[in-house]
Amino acid sequence: MTDVRPVEAWDTDFDVLSPEYVNDPFSIWDGLRQSCPVAHTERRGSTWLPTTYKDVVALAHDIEHFSSEDIVVIPFTGEEPDEPVLPYGVPPISVDPPMHTWTRRLLLPWFSHRKVESYESMTRDLCNRLIDGFLADGHADAAAEYAQQIPVRVIASILGVPESLSDTFTGWVRDVLEFADDEERRREGTLALIEYFVTELERRKTEPGDDLLSALLQTEQDGQPLEDAVVLGIAAITLIAGVDTTWSAIGSSLWHLATHPEDAKTLATDPEAMPLAIEELLRAYSPVTMARLVTSDVEFEGCPMHAADKVLMNFPAANRDPDAFEEPDKVILDRAHNRHVAFGSGIHRCAGSNLARMELRVAIEEWLRRIPDFRIQEGAEVTWAGGQVRGPRSVPVVFP
Amino acid sequence: MKIRVDEEKCTGHARCYGLAPELFSVDDYGLSSVVGDGTVPPELEDKARLAIANCPEYAIEEITD
Repeated sequence: MTDVRPVEAWDTDFDVLSPEYVNDPFSIWDGLRQSCPVAHTERRGSTWLPTTYKDVVALAHDIEHFSSEDIVVIPFTGEEPDEPVLPYGVPPISVDPPMHTWTRRLLLPWFSHRKVESYESMTRDLCNRLIDGFLADGHADAAAEYAQQIPVRVIASILGVPESLSDTFTGWVRDVLEFADDEERRREGTLALIEYFVTELERRKTEPGDDLLSALLQTEQDGQPLEDAVVLGIAAITLIAGVDTTWSAIGSSLWHLATHPEDAKTLATDPEAMPLAIEELLRAYSPVTMARLVTSDVEFEGCPMHAADKVLMNFPAANRDPDAFEEPDKVILDRAHNRHVAFGSGIHRCAGSNLARMELRVAIEEWLRRIPDFRIQEGAEVTWAGGQVRGPRSVPVVFP
Repeated sequence: MKIRVDEEKCTGHARCYGLAPELFSVDDYGLSSVVGDGTVPPELEDKARLAIANCPEYAIEEITD
């Protein structure tokens, strides 16, 4: 499993799980953009890593050569079962058109602007409940005790599964995404998550509710009910994609504000600054890297890509490209030109982006309303996770 | 000033709606369209330019006659 050789040549032997990359990918991308904008590695199979905005966007739009059939950054190299439980993977993110088109249309209305507005007051109450739990202590872990607790509960409510199981859901999602290099853990997390939804699906067949799972079970496609495997896949991706990602964005943003008190002050005192600031934080600390599978031999920017190679959709690096953003490594809260691709680009634009954006905004608004002045605890260590999703896992802060 | 959304390019990021809800509407699938015929009142021109400069798909453009 883990290839722990230190990286000596980032252009020909990169490793997104190396501690250097997880802790500071920014300087690595800067170097690569100068010397080799599309890097390559043979670690975990032949894989390419674009680092410029132009290339990442072009790859995302070329769905003919770059398939979404395999979107995981860290490939699973263990033995696959003969009959996979999820033959379509987790649509719509893991499929190409035409299946992508109709499965995505089933999901999108649940995350429309209108629908997301209806989740806002619940999210705000949740944030306040969490803050109530540690406000008097004068210190908290802004990642583990706050950021990590928010998106999972909102998603649980959309899926119609109990909020009390939030820690269990978070555990599975971390097993699948964050500890993907530990194959046993990844396998067990994946199976537990699927098994849970199999049971939930059966229950809803006799006792439907007003949740996403029940709605999918009552949906027809071409005059036929959806296959269970499709409903399961959609349920799984809604949970997986809706938890680690947004929590990472909230955690990174709070880390930024804890280390840049002038920005915290601006946002605490000027609510009108929030919309642009949220986009800027998403740009600067984009959590998500996706992957694509090369469908047939193709030359891209001089690189001979072969069928079955993997290409990492490096949206975080695209968002730090100096050719696309002025002073990209600087957080400029009122940045006016900001075509960031934190939620991807092209037909696979994150289906939950409206929800993620709302959760991030409300989480920051409520934190700053109640804790406008906070700092990283002296001597405490901030830890980061990376790979498919980058974000802080512990942000110990103190507030007077 | 007059603007339009290229529906072939829009993939529903909804950045325009977030920045200038007076000028755009989004449907349940996230796709954006201009309100009315896309004519921008003078007081909203800055917002229209902001929306154009924040669309990740380059889907919004100013129509020049």
